[in-house]
Amino acid sequence: MKSTKFTPRTILSNKEIDRKWWEIGDFFRRNSLWLLMYCTGCCAIELPPAMTSAYDMERLGMGPMATPRQADILLVSGYLSLKTLRRLIYTYEQMSEPRYVVGLGSCTINGGIYHDSHAVINQLDQYIPVDVYVAGCMPNTEAVMNGFVDLIEQIKLKKANGWKKYHKNFDWYKKNQLDSLGEVIVHDEFHQ
Amino acid sequence: MIVNILVGLGIALFGFVLQTGIAGTNRKIIGRLQKRHGPRWYQEYIDIFKLLSKRSVSHGWIFDFGVIMALGGIIGTAMFMPLTSNILAFENYDNFFIFVYLLAVGMLGMAMSASGSGNPWASIGVMRALTTMLAYEVPFMIVVLTIVKLSGTSSITGIQLFQQTAGNNWFLIALPLGGIVGFLSLMGMLGKKPFETYIAPAEIASGPMVEYGGKQLGMLFILHEISVFIEVSLFVHLFLGGASNIFEFIAKYFVVYTLANLISNVNGRFKIDQVVKFFYKWPLLMAVTQAIVAIYFGWVI
Repeated sequence: MKSTKFTPRTILSNKEIDRKWWEIGDFFRRNSLWLLMYCTGCCAIELPPAMTSAYDMERLGMGPMATPRQADILLVSGYLSLKTLRRLIYTYEQMSEPRYVVGLGSCTINGGIYHDSHAVINQLDQYIPVDVYVAGCMPNTEAVMNGFVDLIEQIKLKKANGWKKYHKNFDWYKKNQLDSLGEVIVHDEFHQ
Repeated sequence: MIVNILVGLGIALFGFVLQTGIAGTNRKIIGRLQKRHGPRWYQEYIDIFKLLSKRSVSHGWIFDFGVIMALGGIIGTAMFMPLTSNILAFENYDNFFIFVYLLAVGMLGMAMSASGSGNPWASIGVMRALTTMLAYEVPFMIVVLTIVKLSGTSSITGIQLFQQTAGNNWFLIALPLGGIVGFLSLMGMLGKKPFETYIAPAEIASGPMVEYGGKQLGMLFILHEISVFIEVSLFVHLFLGGASNIFEFIAKYFVVYTLANLISNVNGRFKIDQVVKFFYKWPLLMAVTQAIVAIYFGWVI
């Protein structure tokens, strides 16, 4: 006679186990986000107050890091000229996955005050996937912090999928990059 | 034998857990020093597990193998470390020179792996790390040899027991100049700020660690925590009279590490030639003076 005491053991599929591990990893990832600051624009001036005693991003577990390999977030502050976009794509492709991109200021959204310049790109989203935008010219420090909290929330809800999108639509992104830049390869003494 | 190895691994694990917790607490203390709120005290654990959960690239097998060799070497070194004067994995194998030799395995593994990445910053960082080592080892060795001469043994437990017997002071008090030299050398070993030259995030992009990301960087963080544990416990045992129980050890350890961190955070960074000149000027002079005063004149407090 079969015992009715125990409910049959549910066997988790590999996919389900992967999902659970991924959720555990997400907890660690969203509580320890290291920034790589790509500060070519004027919005970079909002970052010192965000890092130091006024707003203190370290209480969220965030902090600046030295190299792209160590970082989780690529923080693009402000406009990108064609010359710097090449370096940005290099940097983005060097970062270890999962990686996230935060765009500061209106320059990354629609070109901002440089929208009619021949040397500056208008939409960063065409070249690399952006997870969070912080609008403003320049955004308040509160807005910057709010953007980081939004990113943490997105990682929690599994919506920060920019890096997966980059894999999926790699051809489309590459085509856009080549259309604007001609070639993505950088010719200088550091990249040869 | 198997029990000894298990105790040794337990000591290494204890060192990792202790040092990671204290490092997180120290980040909070430094935050308060800078009038910030500071991170959670367990932030360092989150950082390490996050790094282990990330994907990472490889730069060839030397790059991967060097990290594992360094981590193994450091864990092997930590296994010989006595926690107190009676918690010890391998009886009679806690000689000071064992630590000097075995620590080099970890350092060389890391140097090999960093050079294997092929990044010029990594080579500069490794070169600076070895130069700094050359600078602080000379005064440190002179002071430690003075201690070995005075206590008549080079076993760490023996030195602890010598300081704990009635009538003898801690060597920090008995040899005040030597104690200062020991602490300066400890700052150099830990890579704290006046001597942080080989990490230098803003100057050479974190030196040897420049090409590491994800899992390899996580292993390097574990390695770093365990090597800090070894260096600070050596200072505690050699200069602060060791510990007779585990709580005394933790208290002394916390005070020494926090003091080094506090000094670090109000200082700027030396250039590499300034580091070498500094160590070969005042600490070396003080160490030699201390050795002459203690050994030839016999003036020990």
